[in-house]
Amino acid sequence: MTVFDISSPDQIKDALDWAISEKQSLSISGNGSKESLGRPMEVAAELRLANLSGVRMYEPAELVMKAAAGSSFNEINAVLHENDQQLAFCPPDLGPLLGQGAGLGTLGGVFCSNLSGSQRIKMGAARDHLLGVNGFTGRAQAFQTGSRVMKNVTGYDLCKLVAGSYGTLAVCSEFTFKVLPKPEKLRTVLIFGQEPNAAVITMRDAMSSVHEVAAAAYLPEQIAGRTNIDYVSNANRAVTAILIDGNGPSVDFRLNALRSMFDAQGELEELHSKRSSELWKFVSDVGAYVEDQRRLVWRVSLPPSDAADYIFRLRQQIEDLEYFMDWAGGLLWLSLPEGLEDAGQGIVRSQIRNGGHATLIRASSDIRSRVEVFQPVDVVKARISEKIREGFDPYRILNPARMYSIG
Amino acid sequence: MVMMPKPNEEVIAKRGYLVQRLRQIIRDPEAVIDEEAGLRAFECDGLSAYRQLPMIAVLPETKEEVAEVLKFCASEGVNVVPRGAGTSLSGGALPLADGVLLGLGKFNRILEVDYNNRCAVVQPGVTNLAITDAVKSDGFYYAPDPSSQIACTIGGNIAENSGGVHCLKYGLTTNNVLGVEMVTMDGEIIRLGGKHLDAEGYDLLGVITGSEGLLGVITEVTVRLLRSPQHVTAQLIGFPSSEQAGDCVGRIIAAGIIPAGMEMMDKYAIHAAEEFCHAGYPLDVEALLIVELDGPEVEIAHNNSLIEKIAGDCGASVIKQSQSEEERLTFWAGRKAAFPAVGRISPDYMCMDGTIPRSQLPLVLKRMNELSNKYGLRVANVFHAGDGNLHPLILFDANIPGELEKCEQFGADILKLCVEVGGVLTGEHGVGIEKRDLMGEMFSEDDLKQQQRLKCAFDPEGRLNPGKVFPVLHRCAELGKMHVHNGKLPFPDIPRF
Ligand SMILES: Cc1cc2nc3c(=O)[nH]c(=O)nc-3n(C[C@H](O)[C@H](O)[C@H](O)COP(=O)(O)OP(=O)(O)OC[C@H]3O[C@@H](n4cnc5c(N)ncnc54)[C@H](O)[C@@H]3O)c2cc1C
Repeated sequence: MTVFDISSPDQIKDALDWAISEKQSLSISGNGSKESLGRPMEVAAELRLANLSGVRMYEPAELVMKAAAGSSFNEINAVLHENDQQLAFCPPDLGPLLGQGAGLGTLGGVFCSNLSGSQRIKMGAARDHLLGVNGFTGRAQAFQTGSRVMKNVTGYDLCKLVAGSYGTLAVCSEFTFKVLPKPEKLRTVLIFGQEPNAAVITMRDAMSSVHEVAAAAYLPEQIAGRTNIDYVSNANRAVTAILIDGNGPSVDFRLNALRSMFDAQGELEELHSKRSSELWKFVSDVGAYVEDQRRLVWRVSLPPSDAADYIFRLRQQIEDLEYFMDWAGGLLWLSLPEGLEDAGQGIVRSQIRNGGHATLIRASSDIRSRVEVFQPVDVVKARISEKIREGFDPYRILNPARMYSIG
Repeated sequence: MVMMPKPNEEVIAKRGYLVQRLRQIIRDPEAVIDEEAGLRAFECDGLSAYRQLPMIAVLPETKEEVAEVLKFCASEGVNVVPRGAGTSLSGGALPLADGVLLGLGKFNRILEVDYNNRCAVVQPGVTNLAITDAVKSDGFYYAPDPSSQIACTIGGNIAENSGGVHCLKYGLTTNNVLGVEMVTMDGEIIRLGGKHLDAEGYDLLGVITGSEGLLGVITEVTVRLLRSPQHVTAQLIGFPSSEQAGDCVGRIIAAGIIPAGMEMMDKYAIHAAEEFCHAGYPLDVEALLIVELDGPEVEIAHNNSLIEKIAGDCGASVIKQSQSEEERLTFWAGRKAAFPAVGRISPDYMCMDGTIPRSQLPLVLKRMNELSNKYGLRVANVFHAGDGNLHPLILFDANIPGELEKCEQFGADILKLCVEVGGVLTGEHGVGIEKRDLMGEMFSEDDLKQQQRLKCAFDPEGRLNPGKVFPVLHRCAELGKMHVHNGKLPFPDIPRF
């Protein structure tokens, strides 16, 4: 297949004009780090945006940046770092999980898949930080929505729609987004040896406390053993981890408060800034499932209080289940043995009882063409979604069938 | 004045029949209102310069009734305007002469408080403040806090994506809503989101929020609850000029501090508020900041000393730290009452709502002053300074012929100025009818059409709240058409791998 190396917005327009007139479809990617996320597609050509890169505007005191869609996170982070700022939703790098290299992720990839790291429970998702989008619809028309200011309710909030649309609505050329000060200090409280249901209660209590917890995760023993942070990997027990961040005096105070709050829950330990960053990167990037690339990986979002029961039910049906919890229980990362009929989707999805959704993040393309990668939606929502798509991309030339088969 | 679409006489002619049928759908016969005295209650919202009696008002009690009413209206070709408490400042809830006004006031129950998942499930007619009131004693609250929070409903908040003084740190409505149940114009009930995070498929919840009642009628809402902060303090910081105040705001944020709230008032607003509620504001300053910090005491102390230093460097002439919760609330009382306070010194006022990049503040204030002289109308400024959201209050007297039009012109000039400096027409009040005809200042014709294609996906006949937000109504069939250019050479200049 031909891969086109896009380096200017005009080239996007040319490519779209061609695709429309020739009735050909295109796949859209940044660096291709998440190419295997979604349903496999048959397209005439691929548009690669990695060379459409660079910071277009950055005003640290206004907490805003605008950059081209193909800019890599490494590039963006380096610029932000100079001003002690960051993307507060802590975008995960799923490249290694998906069998690719690290550090390939682009802005377009992260915003269009609305993927957020562990801090999402406090700081919001990628979509919450997206202020404006420029690009082209599948009509090959220039398209602009949002702006550069923090508060804007002028017209429909199409940024929300673009975020998480996996390139099925528009080819984005630039994003304008919110950036935030990097916390001065991080501390992680570790609680050892909790059972899943006790951990869910601990995480709930942490989140419900006045201590502004930034992230909360539960790593069963087997998963904890895969980190390269010795306190965690040598624990030989499950580890519940609670992150706080902020300025020095505040973090010290809250750390002590959380430690005394959970003193009775088991043995405690704490991680300082550097190791905290490493641990939360391991959690957000799903480092635990990188090594064995054969296994299937599911990502499940559900009400946090359901997490332990859900896992309990799953384990009764899938013997060789690996899992860990992020987002205080609201996000479960499952690893299933290969060779399960339907990749486990029947069990994984039917056990979600009080709302939520499951996405098949890693599987062979053969499986992804047979199994619904994204959670099927009800008929009314499906109909509305399809009409939205009709409005943006009437010929279905953009990433057709990447999310759902074409209706 | 903004013109509304011409009423459909055929619809008006069958009013009696519509009332009769609606009374069969709604259980409570009193809930279908057709006499003038009853309809008066709904004739305007917070943008009271515009008034219109609805053809009929309907006050359903269940989502099934909402669905039946919408389905019926769709089949009869009748337009529908949803309404919460009617506090919209942009005319979003303005009735239509040929339309049914759908009041959601009876949906006033809090259905569930779920501390395990830190959320509450409520009906759309519950007021914003009632949510916090219901969970306050357990140490929780709902973060977005519009100044109208005693009255405005959560359904209206979602429709407008409302903000409040605390959205600098805690976000707008859109960042604090987990799910909704909604009825489409053809009467289908759908649920978007829930107690979990992020959407499956397209983020429809994200576009419903802020859609000004044009896409569906919200019948249930799940909001995120937060734990109330341990301590809260506020500082009043006065400056000899607004430039210095604006500079101070920028430097506080650049220092890595995101206050819970950071508000600014100009001299005119300070005086009006002080006279109205004796908040203890200094009267010899040109600009006043209220900076609120929350969190553990040590954090507040640490940040307060940083802020004091920054404020001093920026030339602050007064710095006053709240010494008690009571004093903190007094500081806020003046700001929160700024609108009624200004209302007291002028027969009428109109509240604008543009957002600008903060660095443009001195320029915008200077130009606004020039405009004020040009139009001969006074303007008082209150300002969500942290996020650049301006609320200029234009004072006028509607009884003087021509003054309302002059005020609208002035307002339009201010909003155009906001767009010119890189900002937007509305930061939190919505487009409604008020800014409808200015949409072209910010969006190209193609972008406006693209937005209307979204509307087509939900409400292809354009029955829900027509005449709001979009200056020109296009038919969906026309919007769907596509002009195909003749096949160019495939990628003449794009390099291939
Ligand atoms: C004194 C004052 C101060 C204010 N301060 C602020 C402020 O600080 N921040 C801010 O953001 N706003 C503020 N506002 C504006 C206003 O209060 C908000 O826009 C509020 O969200 C409107 O809520 P409501 O229930 O009154 O809605 P309404 O005015 O009844 O309706 C507003 C819009 O929402 C739609 N709508 C209402 N309910 C539903 C529903 N259930 N389903 C679908 N659509 C619906 C209506 O069709 C309309 O388009 C203020 C207003 C006043 C009068």
